[in-house]
Amino acid sequence: MKFEIRGGRVIDPKNRVDRVATLYIAAGKVAAIGDAPSGWTANRTIDAKGLVVCPGLVDLSARLREPGFEYKATLESEMEAAVAGGVTTLACPPDTDPPLDEPGLVEMLKHRARLLNQAHVFPVGALTVGLKGDELTEMGELAEAGCVAFSQAESALTDTGVLLRAMQYAATFGHRVWLRPQDAHLARGGVAHDGEVASRLGLPAIPSAAETIALATIFALVRAIGVRVHVCRLSTAEGVALVRAAKKEGLPVTCDVAVHHLHLCDVDIGWFDAQCRLIPPLRGTADRAALRAGLADGTLDLVCSDHTPVDDDGKQLPFGEAEPGATGLELLLPLTLKWAAEDRIPLSDALARITARPAAILGIDAGHLGVGAPADICVFDADAHWKVEPAALRSQGKNTPFLGLEVPGKVRTTMVGGHIVYEG
Amino acid sequence: MISRNPQLNAEGKLTHLLTLEGLPASVIADILDTAHPFVSVGEREVKKVPLLRGKAIFNLFFENSTRTRTTFEIAAKRLSADVINLNIGVSSTSKGETLLDTVDNLVAMNADMFVVRHSQSGAPHLIAAHLNRTGRAHVHVVNAGDGRHAHPTQGLLDLFTIRHYKKDFRRLTVAIVGDVLHSRVARSLIHGLTTLGTPEVRAIGPKTLLPTAVQSLGVRVYHDMREGLAGCDVVVMLRLQSERMRGALLPSPGEYFKHYGLTVEKLAMAKPDAIVMHPGPMNRGIEIDSAVADGDRSVILPQVTFGIAVRMAVMSILAGG
Repeated sequence: MKFEIRGGRVIDPKNRVDRVATLYIAAGKVAAIGDAPSGWTANRTIDAKGLVVCPGLVDLSARLREPGFEYKATLESEMEAAVAGGVTTLACPPDTDPPLDEPGLVEMLKHRARLLNQAHVFPVGALTVGLKGDELTEMGELAEAGCVAFSQAESALTDTGVLLRAMQYAATFGHRVWLRPQDAHLARGGVAHDGEVASRLGLPAIPSAAETIALATIFALVRAIGVRVHVCRLSTAEGVALVRAAKKEGLPVTCDVAVHHLHLCDVDIGWFDAQCRLIPPLRGTADRAALRAGLADGTLDLVCSDHTPVDDDGKQLPFGEAEPGATGLELLLPLTLKWAAEDRIPLSDALARITARPAAILGIDAGHLGVGAPADICVFDADAHWKVEPAALRSQGKNTPFLGLEVPGKVRTTMVGGHIVYEG
Repeated sequence: MISRNPQLNAEGKLTHLLTLEGLPASVIADILDTAHPFVSVGEREVKKVPLLRGKAIFNLFFENSTRTRTTFEIAAKRLSADVINLNIGVSSTSKGETLLDTVDNLVAMNADMFVVRHSQSGAPHLIAAHLNRTGRAHVHVVNAGDGRHAHPTQGLLDLFTIRHYKKDFRRLTVAIVGDVLHSRVARSLIHGLTTLGTPEVRAIGPKTLLPTAVQSLGVRVYHDMREGLAGCDVVVMLRLQSERMRGALLPSPGEYFKHYGLTVEKLAMAKPDAIVMHPGPMNRGIEIDSAVADGDRSVILPQVTFGIAVRMAVMSILAGG
């Protein structure tokens, strides 16, 4: 099939393209931008006048809930949500049931995803067996099965000795380790940021030091070992400062923030709104400002959706007992656009944070529109607004703190490998 | 999404009592005024008024508390309501029924009011928001203590007691001593006092037992008890849970008593006519010395009496015609 996406504003941050042009796609790849290849005839033309044409989004954290939590979401429902949100590549954390600590599980997940023929799925393998923090997984076997990195997801690795060994082993084979920085002891039992809101509502709290202590440990080990570490879901202003210093020092670290944390803070918990029960906890307004500034200046490399489908039963509980998480795949683009509009970030720079930069961390050929690149493409209307409500979401998880909000950015067409997988 | 304060209806009238935070001073004053004549009901030969005759009040206790449950039960019975006690901690939720399923079932039995105690902060808010959202705001929720968050009827009875002995809140210095971090009693009293215009509210305790942002509640923090008690009109002692007396929060009950136990000698720092309060049950010799607890400045037993009257006032305002 040959496609022609005609007359859109083509934004390809990696290749510094931002102009109105026509995109030509053949054999599943980008064939040309601007001038048609010689002898060109398209099988189908997509009119993109007034729309943005950009690389398909790359999301570094989307929970598909398989295996083990199929009652919350299935691969079918969440892959549909992904492409409806313009996401064509996603990495899924290993906190399934059982966790992704065996090659067979990873192969099965990849196989199931491939059959659906929608977004590309890159599993992140468990760093330790059962995510228990004691024994290393067979990282070599897991990488062969398709794992792109290794992580503890939300399970604490309390033993720094094991963390050191895991990093050394991963570094031996050049694997990247993804870690969410949180001191398990300081975080124990906590459900909200240790600030005014938690003090007022009487919620068990997690201090910012839980993040900074873990970051200091991680950076000290990175300095000693040289392992490449990706820091996940930063939440505090102090954490942003530590990452900035680590990068300045030249440590091989990258970092992300969940899209929720760019827009919300602990005050949004209001009267115990369980939609705001998230991991890490929503922190103060100064933290939110620092995260936004850090994302703008490159301290934070990218934004992820941290997509976590939670059913109503999981949210209709007192705040402290409610299941943490929110649906996000379909909100990654709108909420990134909202951040860009509010902070006057050029569109191309904003899109880099959900396309080229996450692709670089996965180390894959994606997230750009260079000639010959896989035709993973998102066509969206940046000016169309829509209201976030359960009926508007394809994900089986309908719970998000943004329910009721009008957001910008409506995906019109999503293409994966030169096939149209979504039209809206 | 829960945005509006869920305990007030669109006209600003109280439909649930969940916390004293955000309640207008006039609403609090109205409850205290309503409680006043109820004090004498308990002194009569026939201790009953017919205000809530035919109403069904469910005591929903997800956390055990004989004492608080009993005071609510007495208050409801004195208003001639039918009281049903449910110890949920040992019944339905252990069979897997959710909190809101339990509530829906009891509403189907035509409950008029729930008195809720729960170990999780915010549980009564969840129930009230659920009832509001499903068009059943005529079923009232009274928070009888949720986690560390609020215990509004205790706060109100403390306010009633202070007003009874000290008249004008706008001239008072009130000290709250002990485990503020885990105390729903302290949070409710602080909100009540600041709303009624108390110029100085003090929190006294070690750093391990004070919330990080306690100042944001409008209190002045003291770690030295003698300093904190200087010139106070009211001293409120908090209960220290036995599981917190030894460990990472405190080294020992003995050391706690040395620093933060109320003795005759420490009380001498307060004004000569200062009153001493305690929400009960007391740990004698840990947070309070018997000589003070049983002394002539103690108003701990009147607090209990006033507690019935205040709970009658809350129930009659919510469910009475």
